Amino acid sequence: MADPTFLDATELVLNMGPQHPSTHGVLRVILKLDGEKVMGADCVIGYLHRGVEKIGENRTYQMFAPYVDRMDYVAAVSNGLGYCLAVEKLLSVEAPPRAQVVRVILTELNRIASHLIWLGTHALDVGALTPVFYTFREREEILNIFEAYCGARLTTHAFRIGGLQYELYDGFEERVKAFCDMFEKRVDDYEALLTGNRIWINRLRKVGILNAEDCKAYGVTGPLLRASGVKWDLRKAQPYSGYENFDFEIPTGIQGDSYDRYVVRMAEMRQSVRIIRQAVANIPAGPIMAKVPKVIKPPVGEVYVSIEAPKGELGYFIVSDGSTQPYRVRVRPPSFVNLQALDKMARGGLVADIVVIIGTIDIVLGEVDR
Amino acid sequence: MPEEPQVPPKPAHAAKPAAKAPAVMAVTAWEEELPATLKEKFGDRILECSLYLGQKFVVARPDAVAPIIEFLKHEAGFDYLVDVTALDYPSRAERFEIVYVLYSFSRNERIRIKTSVPDGFRPATVVPVHPTANWLEREVFDMFGIEFAGHPNMRRILLPDEWEGHPLRKEHSIIRQDDRWVKANLGIESGQ
Repeated sequence: MADPTFLDATELVLNMGPQHPSTHGVLRVILKLDGEKVMGADCVIGYLHRGVEKIGENRTYQMFAPYVDRMDYVAAVSNGLGYCLAVEKLLSVEAPPRAQVVRVILTELNRIASHLIWLGTHALDVGALTPVFYTFREREEILNIFEAYCGARLTTHAFRIGGLQYELYDGFEERVKAFCDMFEKRVDDYEALLTGNRIWINRLRKVGILNAEDCKAYGVTGPLLRASGVKWDLRKAQPYSGYENFDFEIPTGIQGDSYDRYVVRMAEMRQSVRIIRQAVANIPAGPIMAKVPKVIKPPVGEVYVSIEAPKGELGYFIVSDGSTQPYRVRVRPPSFVNLQALDKMARGGLVADIVVIIGTIDIVLGEVDR
Repeated sequence: MPEEPQVPPKPAHAAKPAAKAPAVMAVTAWEEELPATLKEKFGDRILECSLYLGQKFVVARPDAVAPIIEFLKHEAGFDYLVDVTALDYPSRAERFEIVYVLYSFSRNERIRIKTSVPDGFRPATVVPVHPTANWLEREVFDMFGIEFAGHPNMRRILLPDEWEGHPLRKEHSIIRQDDRWVKANLGIESGQ
């Protein structure tokens, strides 16, 4: 990490975190500074390490499912979807159409909820106090929908291997539709507060630039990759859970700075609403659970299955030895890989921009540390 | 996959299930241009090119992995290293299996490169080819104790630097921890 270009005489080492409010949890960044200029940012992570992958080897396939919700806990539904899809692939089972559509609805609602947390806290970091109250108000309604569906708000464990545990409740469609109608106007409100705001633009434009080439080199995915102009989304590139049946666009940015990422995520929320509207308008009838044995013992084999989580490519590499417990569960967390590019983005910028860049990567330390 | 879900038949009364799943991975040969090119270029350093459930993977000798990944990046468009991880098979002589997941944006294709190494072997790093391997290889070192030769910063990443033990090795019990470190740094007898 230490570059030979550091000016020994003026280099100042500043420790930021792990208790700094704008590091979104327990991230510690060791900054090397030349005056106010950042010469390097070394991340120290692992404060939340719980050994999720080890736990996976010591639980049965079903028992491990609730654990994955505790990684990216603001997008628990996406985590669960990725895990269920991976085990289903190992078993060569596919969830029935009805379950797939319900999965899409809940996953997209969760994407909105995750982006709302990002927007609120990111704006708060930059100094705009208002949006966080608005975004948490709308997120509350999403969590209420989850709660009414499966009883949990945050770590939902909404899906089961092979489909869904619960049938939809009466009034689910109306409630989701009402949310969509309300939410589109609310996105307009957020944009009225921020998009053309002089201070917002000045704080975000040309900060933390990561071009398409660097994104690929550092394995950066999700909104960061799209903000750099690469039109790549796993929901389109390698559709899963029936995403190929929905009509939506992949928003992209141009230069890959923090403002482009803001624009991309705002557009993604609108696209998610679009998907939810299509899905909720015709939920097919039928069973919600595929034929899955009570005791899951996949044949000997291995699969890598990934989905487009709100933060990027979330992959599960699961190896089965034919027993009831996975031989190995590897989680490819988007936050962990994206965070690695912090040093690249921060170099040459100012100390105050570090807060913007950490906010714009949208990390969840539960997923970085696992 | 629209066909009938293939689950093993459930024995209702029968003592033993009739059709037992095979004890090895039921792979099929992967016959395309890419594996042929790889075999031509790397010869017997490529041990296997197969498909499992439609997913492609290549098994190679440890010394061939870094050149293969470099070749795939520059000649075949596999410009995104998705993941690096490992598995531990304590009963094998070459106990660790290292797995690289690669993706190509231009071909929209994913492949895995796998290799087996004995304990103490130092595979070559791929950081010069894919900078993203930096943290991923550090995590493999942290969890399995596999050191990558030529890595710019081969330190632990999730656990503290002075921690002893590599938790994802199979002999490492799930409740084991480094008591010495916990005592010295947290001032308590045990974190359990």
